[in-house]
Amino acid sequence: MKKRIGAYKRTDIPKAPTSIDGFDEVTGGGLPKGRPTLVCGGPGCGKTLFAMEFIVRGALAYNEPGVFISFEETEQELASNVSSLGFNLKDLIEKKKLWLEHIHVERGEIEQSGEYDLEGLFIRIHHAIESIGAKRVVLDTLESLFAGLPNALILRAELRRLLGWLKRKGVTTVITAERGKGTLTNQGLEEYVSDCVILLDHRVIDQSSVRRLRVVKYRGSAHGTNEYPFLIDKDGFSVLPVTSLGLNYSSSSKRISTGIHRLDTMLSGKGYFRGSTVLVSGTAGTGKTSIAAQFVEAACKRNERAIYFTFEEAPDQLMRNMRSIGIHLDPFVKKGLLQFHATRPSMFGLENHLSTSINKITEFKPSVVVLDPINAFVIGQNHTEVKTMLLRLVDFLKMKHITAFFTSLASADEDFEGTDVYISSLIDTWLLLRDIEIGGERNRGLYVLKSRGMAHSNQIREFKLTNRGISLVDVYVGADGVLTGSARLSQETKDEGEQVLRRQEISRQQAGLERKREALEAQILVLRSDFEAERSKALTSISDEEMTDKRYAQGKLKMAKNRKGDKVEKYNTRKNR
Amino acid sequence: MRKTRVKLSVKTKRTSAKPPLHTSQPPLDKWALRLYIAGWTPRSVIAFENLKLICEGELNGKYHIEVIDLLRNPRLARANQILAVPTLVRRLPLPIRNIIGDLSDAQRVLVGLDLIQSATPKRNTKAS
Repeated sequence: MKKRIGAYKRTDIPKAPTSIDGFDEVTGGGLPKGRPTLVCGGPGCGKTLFAMEFIVRGALAYNEPGVFISFEETEQELASNVSSLGFNLKDLIEKKKLWLEHIHVERGEIEQSGEYDLEGLFIRIHHAIESIGAKRVVLDTLESLFAGLPNALILRAELRRLLGWLKRKGVTTVITAERGKGTLTNQGLEEYVSDCVILLDHRVIDQSSVRRLRVVKYRGSAHGTNEYPFLIDKDGFSVLPVTSLGLNYSSSSKRISTGIHRLDTMLSGKGYFRGSTVLVSGTAGTGKTSIAAQFVEAACKRNERAIYFTFEEAPDQLMRNMRSIGIHLDPFVKKGLLQFHATRPSMFGLENHLSTSINKITEFKPSVVVLDPINAFVIGQNHTEVKTMLLRLVDFLKMKHITAFFTSLASADEDFEGTDVYISSLIDTWLLLRDIEIGGERNRGLYVLKSRGMAHSNQIREFKLTNRGISLVDVYVGADGVLTGSARLSQETKDEGEQVLRRQEISRQQAGLERKREALEAQILVLRSDFEAERSKALTSISDEEMTDKRYAQGKLKMAKNRKGDKVEKYNTRKNR
Repeated sequence: MRKTRVKLSVKTKRTSAKPPLHTSQPPLDKWALRLYIAGWTPRSVIAFENLKLICEGELNGKYHIEVIDLLRNPRLARANQILAVPTLVRRLPLPIRNIIGDLSDAQRVLVGLDLIQSATPKRNTKAS
């Protein structure tokens, strides 16, 4: 269902796209076409640049010629100012796509006598528009008229007339104005421009500058109402709305190794998801950078590209330190697989950091990006800004299926399961490193706090930095709790000792049993021989008896024969018993 | 052609030869004045008439007024940095001076033209 059922078809007002990155998303298509827009802000906030981009991009991208009337800078100044952005104004002027006109007003040179009007200005603008068939007009900064010409009452009336006249001409106009105290503009120009008002802001929070853009009003159109960060960099003006990136990226189910075999095992045997966001947080010296370096090394060994943004250590120092634990990154840098970018977070604003990072990433097309550490950006109370920045970076990386690896330094007294920048919700896999202090020593422990989309281990592992990289060891989990390091070793030795003793005991018992058995058997043997002896004795006596019996019988028979007596019964001799 | 008619009427007044009074400038043969207007609006007419009165009174015919109608020559607005109309420009003697408005305040016109330095009122011209 795309549209609601009804007789009235909703139509948005026609818009003039600016082609300024992000701005058209915020305003739903650009500035109101054929109407004036007021762009106001303090000095140095980018009003002129915004206006210039509106004209130049309109001419280049939409073939809408534009007139730029400047009250402050001369044509040459303007042209050289924007040539650094790659805009060739001279060429555009020659092609009749652009009309630059500097209007010089100098209060000291003008005397007023009686009433006047600004018909001269009207004529100039009209002439400019007609000369190139302009569709867009910029007046930068209209307010300098107030400084340059006497009699504000006449000026106000004339400005109102000018804006009405421009509107009737159907040109899309941008009027810039200096921000006033308590009002949007010094001279209250917002009263005359009722269609669209854009406020630019350039503020310094804790020594770092942030630029913000807000659509104050936009008559006849829905628009983003938030304050959007924007930047001015070598590509000009760009607004970075958080929401424009959205959450509609596809997710890969491919996995990549962490570079640490046992950590892979902990993450259901295969490591991180490609394109996921990994955070390693822990207190100072727990080995966050080492895990990051190991991950980068593993990526480079797979012939993948990686970018390492380091905000606290110089690349050389980092590589030297990693060499000491057997992680060699230098060959990959030489091979062009790995790039280091070291900047101080305070060097420029967050938005600038973001845009330079994105530029670097777009250029190098890595599959792995490391930011070490992210909380270096937190200066003072700018948590929200940092979070927004990281959110945008994460969205960008996810869309590109780049695995992001962040490290975050947690302070010891803080809640471990929260980070300085409150980005936990952005993180897919979160490894927590912590110091375990037992028996007068500190050891490193690692566990997987969360890992979306996989059955990860819930075990704590002892995390060891050896000269052959990182290894994970099972911790001792016993009756006395978790033991690591020497305590684990001593406990293990103790356990081993006990085991030996137990074994000895068992073998002793076994030997005793054997002896008993042997004794028993010897006894049996004795008894049996006794028995044999008795038996043979008995048998002998039995046979003796029988012999005697026989002899007796024979003797009787003989006697009977001799006596010639009765027939004698034959004796039954007993056989064996 | 209004412009040509104006120019002709001005040219007829160039003949008298009295040196200008109250001027801090060295004497000149002729003052070159330009009046920029945007069509012959009532304000333009008033300005032109006021200018003539002042010039007659102060320059004794040693002047030349050129009226430029920007509606006919819009390019000249840019070339001469004209914004407000009417604008009176003293092109000679140098330096160039600009006076905007219908020139109804003669005092300010004289100050603007460097014809007087003090602020003593002289006379009132026709007001708009």
